[in-house]
Amino acid sequence: MSIVQFSRPLPSVPEPTRQLTAVRLENLSRGFAGRVVLNGISLDIAEGQFVALIGRSGCGKSTLLRALADLDDDAEIGGDLIIPENSSVLFQDARLLPWERVVDNVGIGLNLPEKERRERSLKALRDVGLAERGKAWPATLSGGEAQRVALARSLVRKPALLLADEPFGALDALTRLRMHDLLFTLVREHRPTVLLVTHDVEEALVLADRVLVMEEGRITHDIDVKLSHPRRKSDPIFEDMRHELLKALGVDQSV
Amino acid sequence: MVTFDGSTHQPAKAWPVVGCDIVRISSSSATKRRRSKLTPGRLGTGGALFGPICLLIIWELASQTGLLSPRLLAAPSTALVTGWDMILDGTLGKHFLASAIRAYSGLALGLVLGLLLALISGLTRIGEASIDGIVQIKRAIPTLALIPLAILWLGIGEALKIVIITLSVMIPIYINTHASLKGIDMRFVELARTVKLSRKDFIRRVALPGAMPGFFTGLRLAVTTCWTALVVLEQINTTQGIGYLMNRARDYGQTDIIVVGLVVYAALGLASDGVVRLVERRALSYRRVIGS
Repeated sequence: MSIVQFSRPLPSVPEPTRQLTAVRLENLSRGFAGRVVLNGISLDIAEGQFVALIGRSGCGKSTLLRALADLDDDAEIGGDLIIPENSSVLFQDARLLPWERVVDNVGIGLNLPEKERRERSLKALRDVGLAERGKAWPATLSGGEAQRVALARSLVRKPALLLADEPFGALDALTRLRMHDLLFTLVREHRPTVLLVTHDVEEALVLADRVLVMEEGRITHDIDVKLSHPRRKSDPIFEDMRHELLKALGVDQSV
Repeated sequence: MVTFDGSTHQPAKAWPVVGCDIVRISSSSATKRRRSKLTPGRLGTGGALFGPICLLIIWELASQTGLLSPRLLAAPSTALVTGWDMILDGTLGKHFLASAIRAYSGLALGLVLGLLLALISGLTRIGEASIDGIVQIKRAIPTLALIPLAILWLGIGEALKIVIITLSVMIPIYINTHASLKGIDMRFVELARTVKLSRKDFIRRVALPGAMPGFFTGLRLAVTTCWTALVVLEQINTTQGIGYLMNRARDYGQTDIIVVGLVVYAALGLASDGVVRLVERRALSYRRVIGS
């Protein structure tokens, strides 16, 4: 594993606090029907850190996320995994129950008295700008709205760890940009540790404190992104990192 | 049309810029939009009645002209008069009530039984292992073939009739509900796991609502099935019921009464189906929100 440290941290960014580890993977392996998908990954993620995991399709990044979400019953497993008790998952599809109204979708599984659950769900909906859609059926929402409801559902349970599996992959480009802002704002407010799986290098660089590159079941690059927010894609350091990451993914644009 | 005006990149096989077969779609000349000829147009609400009305007219004409002997089939007008008389003197009401009680007690029992078995079988392993095979075997045997045994066990009274109806109604309810339960989207199961739903909440909020569409399909089949079984059952030891009425009419050659009985069955079948659809539309209202 090569650790690339960019040597020009901007002065305004404080060094992230790294005393507490939220997620620890020790030699984590996963296989399906004899095929190794995760090949002995060791990794620490600090509490409150926003980590983006990028890689080509089939590199195992979704498998890693599903391992952390405990959604891999049928896998052959190896290694150790320590994660916070309270984690929530943001899927690529909004995955709203079509037969429950939006507000009930947000509050699903919250172990609270009815009234409190409702209040918190409505507040979470307000946070994503959908306060007035609480009584709507999911089928009436647009793709972006549905994904915002899913975001509200993830955050309403105040997760210590937010696992996001290409959550904006199915959205159009404009909506995706807005979702980046929204996710960033809400994450800054709620301070969960975040693991965002994406295939979009820019998305990773705009949002994350740290970018991991995965290839054939291993993490090959581990890069700290020490740029202040809001990040501009025209920033030369941003550009450099983008090239660096694309190169790590096997796309060389320097020529 | 694609034109490359002013562009230096003319594709190798250049598109004709003018004079090609451009179809102009304008709304100025016609107020009514042309309909695609590939699919039939929408049928209005009364459209479905066209066939039945034609049939009635032909039937009536055939009867009036003597082509159709009243010994074989009474004219619709005769049946109408007979039916009206039977309503007035109360015979139709009496027989109808007797039939309805049988059919709907069987329906209610079969519905509960089918639903219960589907849930047990769909939600537990031991349930599926013990129930599903038996129901599938039961399904392969025509319910009416059970009548001889049922008579030996239950006699020839009301119990026999209600049990047979229950058994025949149970099948479509079970099959469709069970299939629907088994087909619940795995993505929702994953979601339920990530939000740590309890088993009880999973059944209440994911499994049951997910199985509803199948249950209603089963119910629509069941409301007509319950009357189907009745016709045969009412030949056995009874002096009341639509089936009895029709069988007796056969003995006396009263085809008009037979037609009245058929009309009652048809009306009941259509009405029951309509009621179930109404309930279904309410219960599954979340599906209708867009257009439809």
